[in-house]
Formats: sequence, C-alpha cells, structure tokens
Amino acid sequence: MSTSSRTYRFKTPISEEDVRRLRVGDIVYLDGILVGARDAAHKKALSLLERGEKLPIELEGLALYHVGPVVRKRDTGEWEVIAAGPTTSARMESVEADFIEKTRVRMVIGKGGMGLRTAEACKKYGAVYAVFTGGAAVLAASAIKRVVDVYWLEELGMAEALWVFEVENFGPLTVVIDSTGRNYYSEVITRAKEAMESILVKEPWRED
Amino acid sequence: MSIEDKIFEMLVSVIEKASTTMPSDVVDALKKAYEREENPVARKQLEAILKNIELAGKSRAPICQDTGTPYFYLKLGEDFPVRSKIYGIIQDAVREATKRIPLRPNAVDPFYERNSGDNTGRFIPWIELEVVPGDKLEVAFVAKGGGSEAPSTLVMATPLEARKKLWETVLRTVVEAGPKPCPPIIIGIGIGAGSDVAMSLAKKAAVLREVGSRHPDPKVAELEEKLLDAVNSLKIGPHGFGGATTALDLHIEYSHRHPATYAIAVSVACWALRRAKALMDSNGSWKFLDRR
Repeated sequence: MSTSSRTYRFKTPISEEDVRRLRVGDIVYLDGILVGARDAAHKKALSLLERGEKLPIELEGLALYHVGPVVRKRDTGEWEVIAAGPTTSARMESVEADFIEKTRVRMVIGKGGMGLRTAEACKKYGAVYAVFTGGAAVLAASAIKRVVDVYWLEELGMAEALWVFEVENFGPLTVVIDSTGRNYYSEVITRAKEAMESILVKEPWRED
Repeated sequence: MSIEDKIFEMLVSVIEKASTTMPSDVVDALKKAYEREENPVARKQLEAILKNIELAGKSRAPICQDTGTPYFYLKLGEDFPVRSKIYGIIQDAVREATKRIPLRPNAVDPFYERNSGDNTGRFIPWIELEVVPGDKLEVAFVAKGGGSEAPSTLVMATPLEARKKLWETVLRTVVEAGPKPCPPIIIGIGIGAGSDVAMSLAKKAAVLREVGSRHPDPKVAELEEKLLDAVNSLKIGPHGFGGATTALDLHIEYSHRHPATYAIAVSVACWALRRAKALMDSNGSWKFLDRR
C-alpha cells in the first residue's frame, strides 16, 4: 500500500467536491463546526429523523466526531473542554450509513476504524471517515475554541450529549475510508493476517 | 496532619499524576518509536501522541478522556501504622480525585445501567493488597481504559499443545484488535494454574512491569523478545497505520500450573498507560517511584 500522504486544511461547510479529492492516508486539519455525537446521540438523532422531525442543528457539510468529552462549566457559565479525544467508532457502525445518508455530513471522525456499510455510504454520498489520534485528548481539546451549543445534555449526560464545537486547526485527521470506498485499515489488517500466517506456518514454538 | 490524611493526599496525588502524566519508561519507549518510525502517517500519530503528553502535563489535564477504571495494587508493610482503614481511604481518594482533576465518571451498574458519578461502586476501585515485611506502603495506581480492555483473551490450552496455542493466541489477539486498542500497545501474557490466575498475571504484566524490562528468568525473557519481534513484524503500527511499532513491549508472567491445565491469558494496555507508583514511609513522607 502506498503511504503517500497529502495535507489539507478544510473549513466547514465542506463541499462534496473537496471531500471527494481526499484519499486514504491524506491528513486534514479542520476549521469551523465540529459536531460531537456518540452512541446515544446517534440513536436519538436517527429516531427524530425517522419521525420526520428536524435535528437541532443542520449537519450537511459538517464534520461529525465520535467523542464523549470531559467538560467543566466555568463560573461565567461558559463550557471548558478539558479532554476530548475520539471514542471507538466501531460501536456506531450499525447506524452510521443511515446517519450519513440522512444528514449528509462530509466527514466522520473517530478512532479504530469502521466497516463496509460506512464505506459504501462514503462512496455513495460523498463522505470520508478519518481518525483523530486515539488517546490524544488534550491535543483535541486545545483545538476546540469554544462550545457553541449542547443539546440533549440532561437526557443523555455529558459523555453522550450532542456537542457543537467551534474548532481551529483540529487534527491531524488521517483519512482511513475515502469516497472511493477504499479502507486503509482493512488493507493493514489483511497484510497483518498474511504476516501472521507466514510466522505460524514456520512453527516457531518448536524452538522455544 | 494525621497519617490517614497523609495517605489520602498521597493517593489523590498518585491518581492525578497517573491521569495527567506518563511514566518515564513509557515516554522513553514512545520517543524511541517515533525516532525509528519511517512510515510518515504512522510517524504523524506518534508525533500527536508525544505532543498530547506534553500538553496534558502542562495543563494538568487528563491524557485521555477515557480516564479509565481505577485499579490499586498495594504492598503493605506488616509494620506500617495503617492497615484495614486503607480500603476506605482509597474510596475517598478516588471520589476526591474525580472532582479535583476532574475525571470522567466511569463506574456503571451493569443491572440498573446507572453511573455512580464518582468512579466508585461495587468492587470499584479494584484493590489488590499484598502484605510484605517492613514498615512501608507501596502503591501502584492504574487507570485502565475501556478500549484496550476489549481484546483481552483467555485460552485453556491442553499442555501438549500449549506452546503452539501461546503463539497463535498472542498473534491472533493483536491482529483481531488491530487499531482498536490504540497501538502502540503494551502486551501482558499470563500463564497459570487457573483461568483467573492467568488473567490476573497477564493484566499485571501489561500494566505494572516497566516498559523495556525483561523477565529475570532467561528462558522467559527470550520468549518475550521473540514474541515481541513477531508482533512488530505484523506491521499494524501506531494507530493501525502500518509502521514499525505495534507494541512497545511484551511481558510474560507465570505461576506453576496444574498438570492437566495450561491457562494462557493476554491483556493489553493502550499507549496511554496511566500508571503511577509511590512509596510511603511509616512517618507519612512519600515519593513517586516511576517518574524522573
């Protein structure tokens, strides 16, 4: 697999044309609006949309972030984002394709990779899945300039609420699934499996 | 200040140090991995990891927003002045640290699906206590993240096939986990008489032993090196982007086994190994052990 990597800086709303230029391994830094949502917010958003209701924020062209942040309210009433690294995206695999179709978000950001259905939705609707370095929670928080809004906080709690962040130079975001449907992680894992088989076939335990 | 208050303050400090800074041995290993990495995308991940560690230390913020499940491993000197009261002090220290740092509340009742809100609950924090000679108290605190707990594996092998199973289990666990446990990971392998023994030894091998250290038994040390090389030849790399370092280290710990049993367990720690160790004298003065 090629490891050529170009670096982009995008501002939301992101156009379909821009997102379709991205290829796996490219690195993006993001300015503008980033919407944080994980398990429960996905479920709630999709159930609202299925009932024909509107979401509290229009998501077309924006970036969606799988995150359960640690935030604190300052005495002034403003939110302070303390730690906001990505959570494991695989948990959202069963609903993400629907989410992309219905909201037309252009970037889905998380960690650990996503599956075939999400890759198909990226191809069909013009989106990418990118990862923010897992565990780098303070680096992520330092690029979040302010909390614009938070929805469903009382119902879902701090980690699961729908957070609307304004970000500056948010990244590095490495493209793992591009709009051609190519999946960087599937390729790495396929090669790792081949490497594993070639080790095991030599029966290294016989020398232990 | 009473000795109980001194223990409380030490424990809150230990939790804060573990949550907001990294042990020197892990930082050294991450820096080495960064220097040696040739894949540009993988290198970018290590760069972000090192930058994050620096930022977290400066702002005293948690390294990762998953601030983990609290584990305490204590070596209690038989002549240390406080003994059974330590359990209660640990509970109080976890509550205080959760507010003070702050930490994300991560203790959820599995039947009522309620979060306790303060990182304490039934059997949580998890405490393992060993009584040792002397009058000191040694504390190791680990905040264990959820993502790296998921790939934990246990295999009850037959003794005749055990070595084969060991190789297969370790490599399959790493491949199936792929990017999910936030590599570069630290792998702990436990071999033992029973399932629980193997799992417990594996967890401690992953989270407590210093990265870069080898087992004192040369035969075990040699197998650690062979398995580590094999894991890194899989080229999953930092955060699954390929590259040289899938695991920073691999540690094996074992107990004697039952003649019919060969339990093999694999435990994984993410790169953000939140561990801090401290040692307290009987007069209450104390110091960190795994920070320069």
